[in-house]
Amino acid sequence: MAEFLQFAFSGLTVGAVYALVALGFTLIYNASDVVNFAQGDFVMIGGMSTVFLYATGVPLPLAAIIAILTAVIVGLLLHRLAIEPARGASPVTLIIITIGASMFIRGVAQIVFDKQFHQLPAFSGDRPIEILGATLLPQSLWVLGGGLAVFVALWLFLERTLIGKAVLATAANRLGARLVGINTAVILAIAFGVSASIGALAGVLATPITLTRFDLGTIMTLKGFAAAMLGGMGSPLGAVVGGLLLGLIEAFGAGYISSVYKDGFSFIAILVVLFVMPRGLFGGRSVERV
Amino acid sequence: MTATRTSNAAALEVDGVGISFGGIRALDGVSFRAHPGEVFSIIGPNGAGKTTLFNIVSGLYRPTSGRVRIAGQEATGLAPARLARRGLSRTFQNLQIFFRMTAVENVMVGRHMAEKTGFFADLLALPSVGRQNRATRAAALALLDRVGLADLADQPAGALPYGALKRLEIARALATEPKVLLLDEPAAGCNAVETEEIDQLIHAVAEGGVAVVLVEHDMKLVMKISSRILVLVQGKPLVVGTPAEVRADPRVIEAYLGSHGETEAARADR
Amino acid sequence: MTDAAATSPPSRRTWSPRLVSLVFVTVVVAVLPLVFPSNYYLRVASLVWTSGLAVVGLNLLMGLAGQVSLGHAAFLGIGAYAVAIGPTHLGVPPIPSALAGIALSALVAWIVGKPIFRLKGYYLAVATLGFGLLLALVLTSESAWTGGPDGMPVERVELFGWRVTGALTWYWITGVALIIGVALALNLEASPTGRALRALHDSEVAASVVGVDAARLKLTAFVVAAVYAATSGALLALMNGFVTPDTASFMHSVEFVTMVVIGGMGSVVGALVGAAILVALPQALTVLQEYETAVLGLLIMVFMIFLRQGIVPGLIGLFRGMRR
Repeated sequence: MAEFLQFAFSGLTVGAVYALVALGFTLIYNASDVVNFAQGDFVMIGGMSTVFLYATGVPLPLAAIIAILTAVIVGLLLHRLAIEPARGASPVTLIIITIGASMFIRGVAQIVFDKQFHQLPAFSGDRPIEILGATLLPQSLWVLGGGLAVFVALWLFLERTLIGKAVLATAANRLGARLVGINTAVILAIAFGVSASIGALAGVLATPITLTRFDLGTIMTLKGFAAAMLGGMGSPLGAVVGGLLLGLIEAFGAGYISSVYKDGFSFIAILVVLFVMPRGLFGGRSVERV
Repeated sequence: MTATRTSNAAALEVDGVGISFGGIRALDGVSFRAHPGEVFSIIGPNGAGKTTLFNIVSGLYRPTSGRVRIAGQEATGLAPARLARRGLSRTFQNLQIFFRMTAVENVMVGRHMAEKTGFFADLLALPSVGRQNRATRAAALALLDRVGLADLADQPAGALPYGALKRLEIARALATEPKVLLLDEPAAGCNAVETEEIDQLIHAVAEGGVAVVLVEHDMKLVMKISSRILVLVQGKPLVVGTPAEVRADPRVIEAYLGSHGETEAARADR
Repeated sequence: MTDAAATSPPSRRTWSPRLVSLVFVTVVVAVLPLVFPSNYYLRVASLVWTSGLAVVGLNLLMGLAGQVSLGHAAFLGIGAYAVAIGPTHLGVPPIPSALAGIALSALVAWIVGKPIFRLKGYYLAVATLGFGLLLALVLTSESAWTGGPDGMPVERVELFGWRVTGALTWYWITGVALIIGVALALNLEASPTGRALRALHDSEVAASVVGVDAARLKLTAFVVAAVYAATSGALLALMNGFVTPDTASFMHSVEFVTMVVIGGMGSVVGALVGAAILVALPQALTVLQEYETAVLGLLIMVFMIFLRQGIVPGLIGLFRGMRR
C-alpha cells in the first residue's frame, strides 16, 4: 500500500507537469490547428531563467515572476515574428516553423545559460510529509496545487471573460469567429502568450524536483504532445486527464515492471487507447462532413 | 421517360434507412428503389437530410437502422471503395476535387479500378505502365469531352471555375463505369446554358442503363428529367411519385411554401 | 489561364519534369567529386546521399500520400542495427544482414501499419511517434545485443576479399543507391499507384468513392518508406562503421519530417535539398561553434516563412513569377 501510494504521488506530480504542457498545446491547437513544437521550451525558459536570476540574488518569487514574463515575451515574439508572417500557410509549414523556433530557443539558451543541469531549492523545505507510510515532498504539493490553480484560472478565463469566449469561439469555428468580428490573429497571439506562461510556470514549479537543462524542452514537448493526444486533441479536460494518466502509467510501470522501459509503457498505453478510441479519450466521435 | 427495367432487382434499393447523430434523428424510415435507366430525384427543403442519405448510401456513414442493397445484394455499411467495386459512385455537393492535379488527372483517378498494372510494375516503370497510363488518359479525355471540358484537360483543377468543377466530378464518377450514380446538386452554381448541358448529360447517362439518383434544388431541371421523385422533409419521407404527382401534392406545396419556402425561393433567384 | 498552358505544352512531353529530376540528381552526383577539394567533402556528401534516400522514401508517404510519420528513424534503426547485429552476434555476413534488415523493416512496417493507419492526422503522427520511441528504447536498453546507449561497431564489408572502404568508394555506393531510389520514386509517382496516392492526399473521400482502397494504399506507401529508410540505415552503418541509438531517435524522425517539408513536400529534388540543408549545413555551421543550433533553427524558420511550399516548389514558383 505504501509503495502503491508512493508511485501514485510521484506519478501525479510528473503527470501534473505533463498536463500543464498539454494544456499549452491545446490552447494553441484550438486557435490555429498547429501543434507548437516549442511548447516544451517554455518549460525550460521558466526553469532556467528562475535558476539564473535566483543565482544573481533575486528573491525566488520575483525571479519566478520575471521568468514567466520572459517566457510570455518569447511566446508573443514567436507568434509575431514567425507565425504571423506565415499566416495562411498550411499547418505542416507552421509546425516546421515551431520546430525551427524550438531549435533556436534551445541554441540561444545554451549560450545565454549553459549546458549544465540546474536545480532550485524547494519552495517550502525538503522535509517529506508522511502519508500512510509513503512520503510526499512538499514541492509535489506546489506542483499539484499549481496545476489545479492553472486549470481553474484557465476555465474561468475561457468561460467568464469576453476574451476567453472569443478564444472558445475561434476554436469552435475560425471562419465564424472572424465573421462576428473576432480578430483571430489577436486570439492566436493570446493563445501563445497564455501557453507560454503556463509552460513556464510548470518549469518553475517542477525544477526543484526534476532538474532543468537547456534541452529539457524536447522531452517536455514529446510528453506534453503525447498527453494531449491521449486525452483527445483540443480538449482542455482531456489534456489534464491525459497528462496525469501519462505520469501515473510511467510511475507504476517504472515501479512495478521495469524502470528502463518507463517511457515504453506510456506509449503502449497511448497506442492501445488510440486503437480503441481513434480520437483520444475526450476527442469525441468524428462525423466526416462532405 | 420510360424506365428500362431489365430485371426484378432494383439497381439501388434503400429500405427503411435511418440515422441519429448524438440523439438527434437526422433521417428516419427512408425507402426507395432506383432502377437502371431511370433518373430518381430526391428533393426537400434545406436540412431535410438529402446529403446525409447520400452519405449513407455511399458508405460514408453507417445507418442506425435500415438496409441498402445494390443490384439485389446486401451493401449496408460497406466501405466506399467496396461500394465502388459494386458499381456505385457519386459526386459531392461541397466539391471534393483533387486540386493539386490537372483536370484530366482527376478523371484518370476515376479509372483506378480499371487499371491493371501491379505495384512492382509501377515501381519499375515497366512498358505495361506506360501503355496503361496512355489508355487511362485516353479514356479520361473522352469523358472530359463528354462533359464538355476537353479543352481544359491539362489545366490544374484548382484553376477551373465552379461550374466546370461540378462537371469534372461527374466525369470522374462516370470514369468508374457505375451502375448507380449519385449526383449531389450537379447544377448548383451553373448558368442556364451549363444547366441545359448537364440536363442532357444526365439524360444520356440514364439512357445508357445507369440508375441516376439526383439531389438538386433546380426544380425546373428536376421536374423535367426525373422519372420519379422522393420528397424528404426533416429527415422523413413525405411523398414518392412522378413529377406530376409531386407537383400536385398539397403536402409538398405546404412543406416548401411553409416554413422553408423563403430559403428555397432565395435559391431559385440565384 | 493561358500561361499555365504555355509552361506545360503537351507536345513537349519528351522532357518530362520526372526525367529532368532524375538527370539533375545524376549529374550532381557525378560531377561533385570533380570539384571537391578533399575527402571531407566526399564524406559529407555521402551522408547527404544516405539521408536523402531516407527522405525520398518519407516523401512518398508524406508528400504523395499526405500521411505524416514521426517514427521514420525507427526503420533506419532496424536497417542499421541489422548490419551491426547480424555479423557480430549471428555470424551472418554484412550484405545478407542488410537485406534481412530491409525485409524485416518492411515486415514491421506492414504489421505496425495495419492498425496505425486507421488513425488520421496528428493521431497517426503520435502513434508512429510511439512506435519509433519504443524501438529506440529497445535499442538503448538491450545492451547485450545492441551495446546500449553507446552503440556498437559494425564490421567492414568485404566483397570477394576486397575490403569496401575509402571516402570515394562510399561516395559512389551511396550516390548510386540514391539515384536508384530517386528513379524508383519517380516511377511510382507517375504510375497508377502514384496517382491514387496523390488523390488520397487531396481528398480521401473522393478517392474512395471511385474505388481507391485508401487503407491498403497508405500501408503500401508506409512499407515502401520503411524500405527506403532501412536501406539508408544499413548504408549509413556500414559506411560509418558504428551505430548508436540516436539513429532511431525521435529527434532524428523530426529531422526527417523537417527535411521533407523544408525542401518541398511532394518534390523528389526538394527531398534532397532538405537533406542537404539539414545534413551539410550543420557541418558548415560548426565554425559558428555554440551558435550552430540557434542559427540552424533560425534558418529553418526563415525558409518556411518565405518559401512556405518548401524551397524547391517555392523557388520554382518565384522563377515562374519573375518570367511573367
